[in-house]
Amino acid sequence: MLVAAALTIGLSSQVSSRDQIKIVGSSTVYPFATVVAERFGKTSGFKTPVIESTGSGGGLKLFCAGLGTEHPDITNASRRIKMKEVKKCTKNGVTDITEIKVGFDGIAMANAKSAPMLELTLKDVYLALAKDVPADPEGNTVKPNPYKMWNEVNPALPAKPIVVIGPPPTSGTRDAFNELAIERGCKKFPGRKALKKSNKKLYKKQCRSVREDGPFVEAGENDNLIIEKLVADPNALGVFGYSFLDQNRDKVKAAKVDGVFPEFEAISSGKYPVSRSLFFYVKNAHASVIPGVKEYVREFTASKAIGNDGYLVPKGLIPLPEGERAKFEKDGKSLAKFDAKVLQKK
Amino acid sequence: MHLKLSKNTEKDMSKNTELISKSLEKRHRSEKRFRFFGILGIGTAVIFLITILSSIFVEGKGAFKSTFIQLEINFDQEIIDPNKTNNPEEFKFANYKLLINDALKNYFPEVKDRKTFRDLSVFISSAAEQNLMKLAMENIEIIGESKKIWLLASSTIDVIHKNPQMENFLEEDRLINNIQMSWFNALKKNGDIKFGLNTNFLSNADSTEPEQAGILGSMLGSFFTLLVTLLLCFPVAVASGVFLEELAPKNKFTDFIEININNLAAVPSIIFGLLGLAIFLNVMHLPRSAPIVGGMVLALMTLPTIIISTRASLKAVPPSIREAAIGLGATKFQAVTHHVIPQSMPGILTGTIIGMSQALGESAPLLMIGMVAFIVDIPGSLTDSATVLPVQIYLWKSTAARGFVELTAAGIMVLLTFLVIMNSVAVFVRQKFEKKW
Repeated sequence: MLVAAALTIGLSSQVSSRDQIKIVGSSTVYPFATVVAERFGKTSGFKTPVIESTGSGGGLKLFCAGLGTEHPDITNASRRIKMKEVKKCTKNGVTDITEIKVGFDGIAMANAKSAPMLELTLKDVYLALAKDVPADPEGNTVKPNPYKMWNEVNPALPAKPIVVIGPPPTSGTRDAFNELAIERGCKKFPGRKALKKSNKKLYKKQCRSVREDGPFVEAGENDNLIIEKLVADPNALGVFGYSFLDQNRDKVKAAKVDGVFPEFEAISSGKYPVSRSLFFYVKNAHASVIPGVKEYVREFTASKAIGNDGYLVPKGLIPLPEGERAKFEKDGKSLAKFDAKVLQKK
Repeated sequence: MHLKLSKNTEKDMSKNTELISKSLEKRHRSEKRFRFFGILGIGTAVIFLITILSSIFVEGKGAFKSTFIQLEINFDQEIIDPNKTNNPEEFKFANYKLLINDALKNYFPEVKDRKTFRDLSVFISSAAEQNLMKLAMENIEIIGESKKIWLLASSTIDVIHKNPQMENFLEEDRLINNIQMSWFNALKKNGDIKFGLNTNFLSNADSTEPEQAGILGSMLGSFFTLLVTLLLCFPVAVASGVFLEELAPKNKFTDFIEININNLAAVPSIIFGLLGLAIFLNVMHLPRSAPIVGGMVLALMTLPTIIISTRASLKAVPPSIREAAIGLGATKFQAVTHHVIPQSMPGILTGTIIGMSQALGESAPLLMIGMVAFIVDIPGSLTDSATVLPVQIYLWKSTAARGFVELTAAGIMVLLTFLVIMNSVAVFVRQKFEKKW
């Protein structure tokens, strides 16, 4: 106990100041942030930032817990911050944050190389994976999802059982998948679309919920595991980020969604329907206290990192249009305060 | 009468013998079955063990070598030392990538346009730039000269080099395109590509580039964490074990404590992580991701294990030793410290080592206190950010880049080596010092 006491006393002086950036957040942004951090550590003379992969939601929770050296300085997110999280931040004194968009990521649906290629539409994805599906052709009423085979969803698809392996609800990838794939497929039914106006809460619940009766398998925040499962089971379809598809082209192949493959050009132009933006958020109050925060933001927003020829592009990042990148580079330099009003407009 | 009886007994006896000889066969059969199932069980376990170990070894052995490419580097003074200072400190600011690019262009003069050259420049790892810088700084006389040098290849080329069958794959299934493959074959034909020892693996911490990633950072992280665990755990656990076993009165209160300690040993380790987050980080404001906090959390987890083994080995010391000491006028405290503890030390140490190797393999509680993180700087103290061996293995396993597959297996080999060493020490200590009463 004496040892513990001595160690604790010896520490207290060190705790008050920290000379290393701490970053938390999305597992999708993690592989990009680590590359930036490593380069930053090698070239800038500052210590290399420490990065934890906690998932977007987990990262924002830690980020918004308060000001002070025990809280992280930056959080990565594979979706935009939510109003709820902004409020939590404000309550804990984190009022001044900067939002930086770093690029796009496509969410690929892929199966094993040995399996036949699938051509899906968002409607097929919705019908195969939603918890409740329309009971009538217009989509005015719903019933629990009865489909077990792909050809029950769409006769053009093979007569194979529906098995989809995807990330858990804490993942930003899952949030984006629910919103971009399931919900958009849901909107194809006029009755469902009408529900959005009349009862938004029920609409969100019914159009963003993934079925829990077996065909959708949650695989944890580990995309490599999903790839291994796909190789082992040719009937299974996996849901994961574009960078993992790019690294494992010898093992899996992507399905077309609404007639488009998740390829570099298609995602950056917005043609591929299931793509989202990647962000990170900076705690402005920390930027003047923790050495290197401003410089790290500069490194991450620089053209040499996330520009069209940037070093993150071979790692699977899909770059922003040059004008947008320049805007965020400026925001990063001046640490422009994030205005939560933009969230309400939506 | 008598005769009749004996006749009957004889009959009974022969009947019994018959019965016994019949059942004997049955009993022998059942014993054989029992043996068979025992051997089957052990055999299955051994097969599983061999499969696991050999698959790890087969996958991981590649990680100990990396690919090197030989290029003729021209140490151009214009690039390294444009101001002609001849001061090695000035060399730090040069762009060594240009030297490598020039060498590649000389080797493959047919590569002209920028886009094709980009495909070529991925052959060499970015770590090679630092090596060239070091070389130039240590040997000033090399400036202005040309020299053939083996440079570290990138992980992609390393994967191709280690898996020759990939050459026959379709272009889109391979990690490199057909032109890159032809360059690779040209290098191979000229003998300018070879395997060398992967020194980065044992001298670096984590990296995003597989060829530069190493295990040293997490090894030191594990060392610092276990150091804290041992320093906190051993004295506290031995003291409480001795007190409870030898000195404490037997009453409801000590019974209650004993039950609690036994229950603590069965608590899932993640709970200790939550406790660490709530108390060490949020109340005591200790730094996140630091080995000191990790060590404290693991100490909580290991305490019951050591207390229980301490008490068990104290119990094994016969009461006659204590009685003899007290009979000769020793106090209870003297009897315990002079006689009982030294006799039970092998058992206590064995328990401690086994508790430590449990702590070495633990990763779940460390997730909560931020030790599951990407950390490039090698930790130098208890408060530096660090990660531990099992966490490093997990992080590599979940990375996309192909080169990390063999690193993961190699990391497991390192972790297993340490566990085997620690457990053999435990066995050795027990056999060497154990007393039979």
